[in-house]
Amino acid sequence: MPNPSMTPNWTSLVLAHLRKDLQIEWRSRDAINSMLFFALLVVVLFSMAFDPTRATSREIAGGVLCVATLFASVSALNQAWAREIRHQVLDALRMTPSGGAAMFLAKVLANFLFVGIVQLVLGPIFFIFYNLHPLGDTWQLAIVIPLGTWALVSNGTFFAALSIRSRNREMLLPLILFPIFLPALLAMVLSVKTILTGDGSDPSLLWIKVLAGYDIIFTTISLLLFSTVIEAE
Amino acid sequence: MKKLALAALALGIVAMMVWGFYQAIYVAPDDAAQGAAFHIFYYHVPHGMLCYLFFTINFVASVLVLAWKKSNPARALAADAWALSGAEVGVVFCTVVLITGPLWARPVWGIWWTWDARLTSTLVLWLIYVSYLLVRKFASGTEMQTLAAVLAVFGAADMPINYLANRIWRTQHPSPVFGGDPDAGFKDPRMLHAFGWNILAWAVWGLAILAFRVYIQRRQQSIETAEANAALFAD
Repeated sequence: MPNPSMTPNWTSLVLAHLRKDLQIEWRSRDAINSMLFFALLVVVLFSMAFDPTRATSREIAGGVLCVATLFASVSALNQAWAREIRHQVLDALRMTPSGGAAMFLAKVLANFLFVGIVQLVLGPIFFIFYNLHPLGDTWQLAIVIPLGTWALVSNGTFFAALSIRSRNREMLLPLILFPIFLPALLAMVLSVKTILTGDGSDPSLLWIKVLAGYDIIFTTISLLLFSTVIEAE
Repeated sequence: MKKLALAALALGIVAMMVWGFYQAIYVAPDDAAQGAAFHIFYYHVPHGMLCYLFFTINFVASVLVLAWKKSNPARALAADAWALSGAEVGVVFCTVVLITGPLWARPVWGIWWTWDARLTSTLVLWLIYVSYLLVRKFASGTEMQTLAAVLAVFGAADMPINYLANRIWRTQHPSPVFGGDPDAGFKDPRMLHAFGWNILAWAVWGLAILAFRVYIQRRQQSIETAEANAALFAD
């Protein structure tokens, strides 16, 4: 039985995990670089495939940005846990007194930061490539994009941890993540479209509320079940 | 004796389906607004309701797998058989919903499919449970059972969204016949008869298939356990 005064509190455990993840990323910069380049490629590919003119670009831009982020983060999220497998780091982490939820939350925060940086860099490029000139309330993007990114990263981190325990690791993550993420993607795309086109089709901000509700529900389930996943033998 | 009972059960199910079909197609009148296309309702809605039932069985069994996996592995294995069977039968019923829906929509709406909240969330429900079945193929042993059970909890979180979709949002999908507006419900008792017989017949049919599937899975599990033991204790 550990001495209660010796066990650090939960927040400091999360911060310790977070510091470790950020340090690894700072040294290698694998995740951010690969995500950035991949997302850039997706944006370029889409703009060639659809030849966006000014009017249509507002309609589809939200979708392209979301899908680009989605594809980019899937590749990075697999790596997030795969590098813990090497040298049995994951087993060592499981033996620490912190428990699964702290480990999970730290990983989500770290990945959220990485994907956020990618979006910050990508955003301006995106606006230039698609000749965007938003007609709605632009400030709402500052709510929608983080909420959508959180939905993606939280579920993605959870299911990446789940799928690295299966036979074909890299294959499985998109197969489970995409169906679960679909409602959030829909809410995100529709809100971004409303903001860019300013068509006022969502006056009560319903889709943003749906997105927030989705985040709360799915993050709670993930936090509760993460220990089960990480200890599945 | 056992065979006789099974044959009687099968005969009873077929008889109920035939009677349900007769009620739905010949007895129940056409809808005032939708005409003959309305008869597909007697298949679409019962399957929709029953797919909730089977996904709920999957959810409850999955929670039991998680609860018993340390304390009582033998029971967890049995619960896993129920979870798998619930998901498989549920996917079949959900597929029927997704096929009959567009068949009805084409004459009534003029389009096969639209991306409204009800239709989208039903498709998502179907996709999640197909991915559940995929996870079961991609891993093995008790590890796979735990991972699948975790995924089932996420799938169950989509069920209330799907149920409430045409209650919260104003969807193109018709508003609910049961548990919706006070004005909703059947306007002709023959419609209620047809609906009642069909949901009964398909419920009994689905539960019978579920029971068979659980039985087969339990046999499969005992074969696998025996093989694993034989490999362990072989000289």
